Formats: sequence, C-alpha cells, structure tokens
Amino acid sequence: MNPTDCSNRIAEEAGRLLTEGTVDVVIGFEKGSLPMRSTPCFVRTPQDSGKLVWNSFCSSNLSRYLKQFPGKVGIVAKGCDTRALVELIKEKQVNRESLVVIGVPCRGMIDGAGVLERCDGKRVSDVEERDDELVITGDSFRITLARGDFLHPACRVCFTGNPVLFDVLIGEKVQEQARDCYHDVSDFESRSPGDRWAYIMSEMDRCIRCYACRNACPLCYCGECFADATRPQWVGRGATGTDTLAFHVMRSMHLAGRCVECGACRAACPTKVDIRTLNRKISSDIARLFDYRPGLRIDQPAPLSSFKPDDSEEFILER
Amino acid sequence: MYYKTIKKNEVGRFLDGLLAEYTVVAPVRKNGVVGFDAIQSGEEAILDFSNTTASPKGVLMPQLETLLSARAGEEEAVEHTGMRKPVVLFGARPCDARAFMFLDRVFNDGIARDVYYGNRRDALLIVSLGCTRTRDTCFCTTTGGGPLSTQGSDAMLVEQGDGYTVHVITAGGAELMNSRGLSDAHEGVGEEIRKLALQITAEIDPPVDLSELKTSLDNSFDTAAWQTLTEKCLSCGVCTYLCPTCHCFDIADEDNIGVKVRNRIWDSCQFPGFTMQASGFNPRPTYRERHRQRIMHKFSYCDDNHHMTGCVGCGRCVLECPVNLDIRRVLGSFRGRNGG
Repeated sequence: MNPTDCSNRIAEEAGRLLTEGTVDVVIGFEKGSLPMRSTPCFVRTPQDSGKLVWNSFCSSNLSRYLKQFPGKVGIVAKGCDTRALVELIKEKQVNRESLVVIGVPCRGMIDGAGVLERCDGKRVSDVEERDDELVITGDSFRITLARGDFLHPACRVCFTGNPVLFDVLIGEKVQEQARDCYHDVSDFESRSPGDRWAYIMSEMDRCIRCYACRNACPLCYCGECFADATRPQWVGRGATGTDTLAFHVMRSMHLAGRCVECGACRAACPTKVDIRTLNRKISSDIARLFDYRPGLRIDQPAPLSSFKPDDSEEFILER
Repeated sequence: MYYKTIKKNEVGRFLDGLLAEYTVVAPVRKNGVVGFDAIQSGEEAILDFSNTTASPKGVLMPQLETLLSARAGEEEAVEHTGMRKPVVLFGARPCDARAFMFLDRVFNDGIARDVYYGNRRDALLIVSLGCTRTRDTCFCTTTGGGPLSTQGSDAMLVEQGDGYTVHVITAGGAELMNSRGLSDAHEGVGEEIRKLALQITAEIDPPVDLSELKTSLDNSFDTAAWQTLTEKCLSCGVCTYLCPTCHCFDIADEDNIGVKVRNRIWDSCQFPGFTMQASGFNPRPTYRERHRQRIMHKFSYCDDNHHMTGCVGCGRCVLECPVNLDIRRVLGSFRGRNGG
C-alpha cells in the first residue's frame, strides 16, 4: 500500500474510533515542519484525524507517549512499536484493555540525515517514495536513491516489520528477515578486545549526555533514572569518557532482555552515537542463553524477571 | 575595517602560522559529525560544512569545568581561574559568533563578571565564516543577525570564487590577519559583499517582529495552548545542549580518585531535575512548564534582563529535535495572540 493510501486508511480508522468514542485520543504522526520529517501528534477529534500521515519518516517509537494518556488510547504502531507495547503490557505499565492498536506493516524507516548528507547540504524540497526508490527534489537538482541504502541501522536488522500485536491492520504484510540476523554482533565480537574498546570509546567521545536516547526509549520509563539520582549519585554527570560509558553501560544492562531493538535511541541521537552495539550484543547473548527475544508474546515471562531450574548458568559458573 | 584575500589552498598554511602563537579551535569532521575541536595542524580544519552539529559555546563554557580542587589532607583548595593561552575560534558561522555577544551580556557585562568565563573571553578571538548558502532551518534574520553579519566577529571569511575575502573587523582581527602574507582585496569588494548579503538573505524566510511576539508571549503565560504545543516534547537536552546561547549550569562536588573537585556542568531547563527542590516539590513538573520556560526565557526574559533575544536563529534545535518540535512553529502560534 502506498503512503497516501496508508495515511488515508489510518485517518479513517482514527476517525471511526474517535466518533464511536472507543478512544479519547489517537497517537500517530502528522507532516513535520521539514522535508523528510514526520512528527508525533495526538488527535482528539474525528475532524482532526485527517492530519494523520504515514510514510518512511515515521521513525519515532510512539509507545513512549502512552504513559501520558491515562484513558482509552488508539496508537499507530509499526512492528517494533508493537514489540514495545508487548513489553509495556507485560511490565504492567500499560493496560491492554485501554489500548486500540492500529498496526502498520513497515519496510524500514529512512534516516533523513543520511539523505541530506548525500545531497551535500543542498536544500531538499520534496521526496517522492516509490517501491524501492526515493526521488529527491531540491534546489536545482533531482536524484533517485535506492531506499535500502538509507534505512536506519536498526531497520537493517529488523525481523518484525509486521506488527506482533494489533486490533486493526492497515495494508498488506511485508516480508521479514530471519530472526537470528545478528551479523552486526558477530562482526563486533570478532574484533580484538582492544579494537572493541577503542571503537566504543570513540563513540562515547561524541556523546553530549543530552539523554535523547533514554527519553526516546519506550522502555526507559523509570520515575527517576539512576543517571539523574543525586543521593546517592551513581554516575558522574560530565560528558567525559568513563562517566559517559558508565551511563550507557548501566542503561543497556537495565534494558537487558527488555530492549526491543527499535533503534529509537540511535534515531534520536544528535551526534549519532552507536549506542545500539551494546544493546544488540546483550540481545544476542540473551537470545543464545535463554532462547528469548523481547516483545513478541505477552504471556512469555522475561528471562531476568523469572527463574527456571534449567536456566543457563554458563555466565556464572566456569567449567 | 578593511578587506584582505586568501586562496582556499592557502588556508591550511595560514592556520599553521596561527598555531605557533594560538590555540586554534576549528570545525573538524569526526566519524561523519562536524564539530569544533582544537586542531594540531591547519589541514585538519574543514570549511565545506553547513553548520556544526554542536555550537562552539564550549570554547568559553566547557560542558564540564573544574572550578576548585583539593587533595585529601591538604588545607587549601586550588582555584582554577588562571589566564589561558590565547585562543582563535576559526570558522564559526555568523549566528554562532553573535551568540558570544549574548553570552557576554550574561557572564561578562561589566557589572557581573564570571571569572572563569571572563578569563577565557579575554583570550579569545573569533574568525567567522560567512554563510553563502543557507539551510531551511535558518532564521538568523528574525533574531537580528544575518548570513554575513559581522556582529561578534573579529574577522570574517566570505567565500568568493576560489578563495575567501577576509573582512577585518576589529583590532584583534587585524592582529590575526596582518603580517601573515595575505594580499589586499580588490577595489569594491565591500560593495560586492553587501550585494551578496542581500541575495543570500532573500533565501531565508522573512523576519518575524520579535517585540510584538514578546508582548504576545507575556500575555500568554497561562494559556492552555502550551499543553498541546509541547506534549510531544521528550524532555531531553538536545535543544539546550546544541544551542549556542543556552548557558544554564549546575555545580556538583565530586570525588575524582582522592581529589575533591567542584565542577561546573551544563544543565538543561528541559530536565525534570533542573527545578527539583530539596522538599521534593518541583515547580516545573512536566514538559509543558519546562518547554514554556525555554521559550519565555529566550524571547521574553532575556530581552528584559540583557536587552537581547536569547536566540540567534541558528536552527540547530529545529534540525536536531528528535520529534521535530519546531521552535518556529511554537512561536508562530503565539503571534498576534492576546492571552486566552
């Protein structure tokens, strides 16, 4: 289904839910203020539902906003967003009964910053989405780019393009990649410890401690983050190597077995720090040790909050 | 004021010359991200960028700076206010150069002098790089600047053909540019640059009347619109940390392996902890109050306190906001509004 038809169908569903009074608000996307940007919006009246859009620039994970809305909520959700919903329901942060999920199959979202870079900083005025191409028009230029070259890093290894939880599905399902697609992690693991350290520290070097990663994350919902605590203060607050690393390592450990790999952290980061490598490595360890991927089934307990006598202990006991 | 000229392929050597006497902070590209850093050699500097992701404010206000330190067992603490080696900030865009004029009013206005900022400021010269191209996020003309504005710069480079015209603006700028083998620019170059400025300014959306906007904002503190305008805000620090004029900080006493240090660290009005009181009460508990504070501070309170808008229209917050909460749209919704 093309973006226009998809947008119309979403608007139609949202309008229906609001007219019937099934929900108080629909969380979705509207056209942003810049080319290649869609922006979260909260629609409360059927008349307003026409502004809802869907395209390849809907990268925010909207489930992050659910805690702001205590009533009945409709949410437009792609595959990774629904994985976050599963975790939030499981962790009793969101009530399934208060939720109407408008699921939208997703072929991966486009990183607009990458496209802009490709255009050498020239102003882009319009992007036309074709099947596997993006036609970019700007000040005295027009180029056609292969869609696959500009996907967000998380989308390149995504295996849940289709929503795993939904009440309404918009459009046709998409073809998904294999579930054990961890080539990024095996590449990282094959490097020497020195190389890995150097890589991680050079990434940390760009972090400005703005917490966009944490605040965009649907699973980072703690009332007070350890990074903000002052009594006691767990991590130093400056954007210096070890403090920054401590923040990111602690955060990724806190997300162990919970991270749904949506890449909202990386998409939000202004300096494009590769935070995902830490999360992905842990995700791959958990998949191997516990045969578990977060955000797939509501009735499946998370490995770090449950115990089974035959749980893997290889990380505790050395042979 | 006068003009000199330098060829593009001579810039590296020119910077090498400066490096003998100054610390030079210039735009560099690291892992695909352009930012300011101290360079060791002239060829590290890049000048073919639109603007840096983060502003150069860290030159005067490092994200973390140690104010005091004391070793365990020592009675006297050491104050870190010493004079600094002279610094040249090279290649800052005119909006960012102008931002230092604003920061001067906050930290170094003759009445109150922040010694840490002031000492760095006294040792700083700014060579800006005029904008001959604009981005769709630029709105410097609204806030009183312009693509070739010289405000805040000691000298400014303007790209012309295969080189740059060097506009020497202050005595400090002259000190940098004289006796370095630069040729004088051709007759009439000043007029050419004025024409160029008009042409580039035309690419930017027409300016908004900020005094009218301030009145509207002052009348709208309690309006319900703040809620709907800001509810997508993530309460992260992207806008404030990338901003060239945001300057709020916190002071934290930390222990650095046996040395007690008092650090000054950037803080952000967008963080819930920013206004958290010891009692546990928070006067700005949600994104609504926090975001309103950012807008009101820049476009109303700064004008009252420093007689200058606290925004230079660089557009970083517009470009980098993870959820595209565009400050221009927020402001636009208050234009011509009288409360309610």
